[in-house]
Amino acid sequence: MKTGSALLTNAVGLHARPSVKLTQLAKSFAGTVEFALAPVGPWVDAKSPVKVMRVKAAKGTTLHIRTDGESADAALAAVLGLIQRQFDEH
Amino acid sequence: MTLVSSRIKGQCASPGFAAGVVAVLASSITTGRVAGNAQAETAMLRQAIAQAIAELQDLASRAEGEASDMLAFQIVMLEDEALAEAAFAAIDAGHPAEIAWSQAMATEIEGYEAADDAYFRARASDLTDIRDRVLDALLGRSAMVVAPGSILMADDITPSRFLSVEWRGGAILLRKGSTTSHVAMLARSRGVPMIVGLPANDIAGRPVLIDASGGVVVVDPTPKEQAAFLRDKSASEAQAADAATYLDRAAVTADGIAIRMLINVADPAELESLDPIICDGIGLVRTELLFEGKALPGEDEQYAVYVRILRWADGRPVTFRTLDAGGDKPIAGLTPEGESNPFLGVRGVRLSLQRQDIFMPQLRALARAAVLGDVEVMIPMVSVPQELEACRALLAQACADLAARGIPCQMPRLGMMVEVPAAVLTLEQFGAAFLSIGSNDLTQYVMAAGRDIADVANLADPAHPAVLKMIGMVAAHGVRTGVKVSLCGDAGGEARLIPLLLQQGIRILSMSPRLLGQAKKAVAHTNLGERHG
Repeated sequence: MKTGSALLTNAVGLHARPSVKLTQLAKSFAGTVEFALAPVGPWVDAKSPVKVMRVKAAKGTTLHIRTDGESADAALAAVLGLIQRQFDEH
Repeated sequence: MTLVSSRIKGQCASPGFAAGVVAVLASSITTGRVAGNAQAETAMLRQAIAQAIAELQDLASRAEGEASDMLAFQIVMLEDEALAEAAFAAIDAGHPAEIAWSQAMATEIEGYEAADDAYFRARASDLTDIRDRVLDALLGRSAMVVAPGSILMADDITPSRFLSVEWRGGAILLRKGSTTSHVAMLARSRGVPMIVGLPANDIAGRPVLIDASGGVVVVDPTPKEQAAFLRDKSASEAQAADAATYLDRAAVTADGIAIRMLINVADPAELESLDPIICDGIGLVRTELLFEGKALPGEDEQYAVYVRILRWADGRPVTFRTLDAGGDKPIAGLTPEGESNPFLGVRGVRLSLQRQDIFMPQLRALARAAVLGDVEVMIPMVSVPQELEACRALLAQACADLAARGIPCQMPRLGMMVEVPAAVLTLEQFGAAFLSIGSNDLTQYVMAAGRDIADVANLADPAHPAVLKMIGMVAAHGVRTGVKVSLCGDAGGEARLIPLLLQQGIRILSMSPRLLGQAKKAVAHTNLGERHG
């Protein structure tokens, strides 16, 4: 299992478009990809847009990422990169 | 045809005529169906969700831009098993599919409505759209697939519903709704008559005559009313045909004074059916529509839209107004909520200067677009010179940022809307490269009367001498200093007002493209000879 965290800095937080990008990226990995608002969870499946949107993570929130299984390292790096690039919105 | 008719009045969101029988969109479900076993109900719900996804995919294949993003979002939500999880559980507990789905979605929607963040709150409407589409599929309400040319009555309709209907010959009647909504904008650009705020409960299946420009619906018309309607409709069509003959001519008054005629644009899609030869440029690009989507548009997305508009203009000048949110144009998550008087609150430039995270990408996109055409940047709601100067500094900053990244850009001409009386009275203090009078806001601020408040609407008259005097002061300032002055409010396209505006010295008018023909005709019939001959 791999863990990491990143600050949500894009203007609208984990809103519709960023959520869709996150879930699409997560689904491209075979292993589990989860995130949480606290280092201890509760953990949310990053492959489910419905569940990601329910979290309603606003700008300024720190997202904790947890990946496991096949390519866990690559999945973690990719998700952290997407958040740091502000979901390529700008 | 009956002997007793009734008239209902709402607000015009998109002008036009229509006649026919009213179809009604149900706003709640009524079903007395007895549920089958859990397995059958589950299968029904799965089938309905699959159908909803197929419908959305079909719509998405024909949509673009913001509409396409919205549909894509709805599709991924529906494809996610998690959305219907609670509904499947309720079916297992013995509920019929439509009740299980409605309740599960109600919980989901409440979650969005309760969000602190306005962006998330605004998503409740997408979830409602998703819920209704699946319900339609579930209950086999083929009537909910609106037939071509329908006159539709509903509380409100969603953009996806609007886009799924062939409206030619039909009309939209809404009990709620707004003249500034995205649907209203779409209706205007596609020429679909639409009335909002219509106090009508039960007119389903009744024959109606609609003259949307006056917001009037006649229910159960008499033969006399029918005849009058046909007369008005053909008169209006004849007038439109006559006005159209002026379209491709230059606007010149009867005594030979040339008037520059520009158009107001909100959505580049409006331009597709227009030939740029009919105008001398674009006097107002409203950029608000770009900001009403799922997420705020980034620099690149805005740049692409601006470039599309400049390509159409083909070298003609284009005036882009920076985001003018607030007042009668609230944007969820952007404009402050709960202001006691939004028209006197944080709107226009006041909001942009507070929200530089949103303003800077727009300025960068405009500075990049300025390389490709004749671009002017116009700041709305300026009251004091410091506001314009703050914008100038940010625009220079945007250019410097772009240059540092090696991206081609150019500092566009910077001007302002004149709509606050304080600005009219102190124009010599502003360093604007051009001025454009926003007659709607100027009128309501001079007369202290809102157009949207029926009881005082007669006071909010742009032809009042006080308003005309202010307009004359701005025009005179332009003549004195050489600063270009135009007028881009609704008054600029009104045949009745055009002679008055020209008499005040206005020589550049900007208006909705559909008013261009009649406005050119009004110019041609104006004689300024006594004053200018």
